[in-house]
Amino acid sequence: MQVPTMADMMAKGENPDILFWVGCSGSFDDRAKKITKALVKILNNCRVSFAVLGSEESCTGDPAKRAGNEFTYQMQAMMNIEVLNAYDIKKIVTACPHCFNTLKNEYPELGGEYEVIHHTQMIQDLINTGKLALEKSGSFKGKKITFHDPCYLGRANDVYEAPRELIEKLDAELVEMKRCKTKGLCCGAGGAQMFKEAEKGNKEINIERTEDAIETAAEVIATGCPFCNTMMTDGIKNAEKEETVKVLDIAELIANAAEL
Amino acid sequence: MNISILFFAIIASLGVAFFSYNIWKIRYNINLGLSLERKDQKGKRLKTMILVAFGQKKMFSRPIPAILHLCLYVAFVITQVELLEIFADGILNEHRLFRSSLGGFYTFAISFIEILSVLAFIATIAFLARRNLLKLPRLNMKEMIGWPTKDANLILIFELILLVCIFTMNGTDEVLFQRGASHVSDGTSGSFGFSVSSFIGPLFFDGLSTHALHIAERIGWWGHLLMVLGFLNYLPYSKHFHILLAFPNTYYSNLEKKGKFTNMDSVTNEVKLMMDPTADPYAAPDPNAPPPSRFGAKDVTDLTWKNLMDAYTCTECGRCTSSCPANITGKLLSPRKIMMDTRDRLVEVGENKRKNGKEFEDGKSLLGDYITEEELWACTSCNACVDECPVNIDPLSIIVDLRRFLVMEESKIPNELTGMLTNIENNGAPWQFSQNDRLNWANEE
Repeated sequence: MQVPTMADMMAKGENPDILFWVGCSGSFDDRAKKITKALVKILNNCRVSFAVLGSEESCTGDPAKRAGNEFTYQMQAMMNIEVLNAYDIKKIVTACPHCFNTLKNEYPELGGEYEVIHHTQMIQDLINTGKLALEKSGSFKGKKITFHDPCYLGRANDVYEAPRELIEKLDAELVEMKRCKTKGLCCGAGGAQMFKEAEKGNKEINIERTEDAIETAAEVIATGCPFCNTMMTDGIKNAEKEETVKVLDIAELIANAAEL
Repeated sequence: MNISILFFAIIASLGVAFFSYNIWKIRYNINLGLSLERKDQKGKRLKTMILVAFGQKKMFSRPIPAILHLCLYVAFVITQVELLEIFADGILNEHRLFRSSLGGFYTFAISFIEILSVLAFIATIAFLARRNLLKLPRLNMKEMIGWPTKDANLILIFELILLVCIFTMNGTDEVLFQRGASHVSDGTSGSFGFSVSSFIGPLFFDGLSTHALHIAERIGWWGHLLMVLGFLNYLPYSKHFHILLAFPNTYYSNLEKKGKFTNMDSVTNEVKLMMDPTADPYAAPDPNAPPPSRFGAKDVTDLTWKNLMDAYTCTECGRCTSSCPANITGKLLSPRKIMMDTRDRLVEVGENKRKNGKEFEDGKSLLGDYITEEELWACTSCNACVDECPVNIDPLSIIVDLRRFLVMEESKIPNELTGMLTNIENNGAPWQFSQNDRLNWANEE
C-alpha cells in the first residue's frame, strides 16, 4: 500500500498538503488498521497530497491526560509538537476522535497550532467538491444504518452532521438511536476506561449502548472512532448478532461504496 | 408612628439583613477557590446567560418538567411586581397603592399574576406528585435520602402556602369590596375584576363576616410578606439557591469546546525544564518563588471558584446522573453527588475558617471523606453530565482534578492504567508495541 512518510517527503524536498495522524489504535489494533487502510484508499483515490509520520508518531497523550497523569501527557505532547513543528505541519486529519480532540484543542496551549479535522469531515469535503464519487446503486442502498456518536467527536467538539451526511450519501436509511447526538450514550471506552476493567456495576456500558443500536433494527452500526468500534463490536458479539449486524467505520462504508 | 409600619419595618429589615449576611458567607466560600479567568467574551457570555438561565433553553429537552418549571419560574418573576406594592403599602401604611394611579393596567397586571399563580399552583402539586407519588427515579436516588428530599418538599410546600396567601388576600378583599368595606372603596361597593379572585373570592369567603374578612385579608397580606422573607432567608441553606446563582453561573460558563481539558501550567514548567538540555538540574531554587502548589485537587480549596459556584448553583435535579453512562449501568459514580459533596464540604470548610482562622485544617478532605476513588475511576469523561445540566454546571472538571491529585500526588491509580502509562512512556503507545512498528500496517494485507 502506497503510504508516504513525512521523512520520505522531506528527503524529496516535498511538503504534503495534509498530515494523516494514524494514532495508536489505527497503527496497532487489527480491527482499526482496516479503518486506517480504508482512509488511505480514499486519500490515494482522490490524489490527496498527504503523508504519515510513521515511526516518528507517538501517542498524543490523551489516555494519560484523562487518567489524571498530566506529566505523561505533556511529555508526549511536547515531543509530538517538536516533530510536527519541525516538519512545518499546517493541517492534520485523523480517524480517531481522541487524537482529534487532543491535537485540536489541547496542543495549542503547548505550542502546537494546527488545523485539525476528523476524517468524516475530510471525506465529506472530498465528496462535496466532486473529488470522490460514490456508486449510486452501492452495496448499502436502502439498508438501515445507525450512527453511534463518539463522545469526543460529538459532545466534545460538536461534530454531528458530517458522519450523518455521509451515511445519507450512501443512499442508505439513517435510523437514529433513542439516545443520539448531544444525548448520545458513551460506548464506555473514554476517559482511559478502554485500558482498565470497569468499576463494579450491574452492566457493561457497551452492552447498554449496543442494545440501543439493536433496537433500531439497523444492519450496520456506523462509528467514527476506533475505540467505539471495539466496544460496539464486543457488544454485538455479546448479543450474538455478528451475523446480522456489522460494526463499520464511516471510512470503511465510503471506501466500500466507492468500490475502492 | 403606626404600630404596623414599625412592625413591618423591623421584620423587613431583619429579613433583608440576615439574607445579606448569608450571601456574604457564600461569597466568602466561593472566593476560597483558586483563581480562573472568565471575564473575556462578554457578549457571548451575556447571550449564554439570556438563553440558558433566563430563557431556560436546556430545560426543554425534557418537555413535561420544562413546562411545569416554566409556570413556576414565570409566576415567580412576575409576582415580584406585586411584592413591590406590598413593600410600598407596608412602609406607607397604604392599601393597594398602585391601583388608583395605574387604573386598568393594575387590573390587568394583577389578573395576569393570578393566572400565573394558578398555573404555578398546579405545577407545584405536579412536582410534589412526581417526587412523592410517582417516585421519579432521578429524584429518589441514594444521595437524595434525608435532608435533600426534605429540602425539596419544603420548598414546594412553601410555595403552596405563599400562593394560598395571595389568593386569600385578593379573594377576601374582593368580597370586602363587593360589600363596600374594602380599604380601597370609601364606602362604595364594586369589584376589582381580577381574573381569578373575583370568582374564587365569593366562592370561598362569602360566608365570613366583614370583621372576619378584614382579619383574613390581613393574614393573607402578612402571610405573603412573611413567606417571601422566610423563603429569601431559607434560600442560602437550600438547593433552591439556584434561582439566584443560575444567572452568574451561566454567565461564567466554560465557552471552550467541552473536550478541552485545562492545561496544567505548573506541569508545563516542570516538563519544559526536563526537556531543556541547558537547564541546570542542580540549580538552587529561586528563594522568592512561591511554594509549589498541589497537583490536582484534594479538597475544595484546590478547586477553582467556578467549580465552587457550580456547587452552590446545583439544585439537585439529577439530569446529570440520569444521563451518566456509569450511573446508568449501576456504578457508584453520580455527578450530582459530586456537586452535592463539593457544596457540603465547602460549607464545612468555610464555617471552620471563619471560626478558627484562615489557616485552620480539620484533617478532612473532599477526596476520601466525601468522594471515593471508586466513584472517580468510573467516569468515562463523556461529558453527558456537562451537556445535560440546565445551568451549565461542569462536574467533569472536578472529577478530573481529583483524579489528577490521586495519580500525581499519591500514585493511586488502577493497576491496568499503570501499565498503560508505562507503555506510553516507554514505547509511545498505550499497548506494548514498538514505536518502530507503527507503519507495519501499510505492508500487511
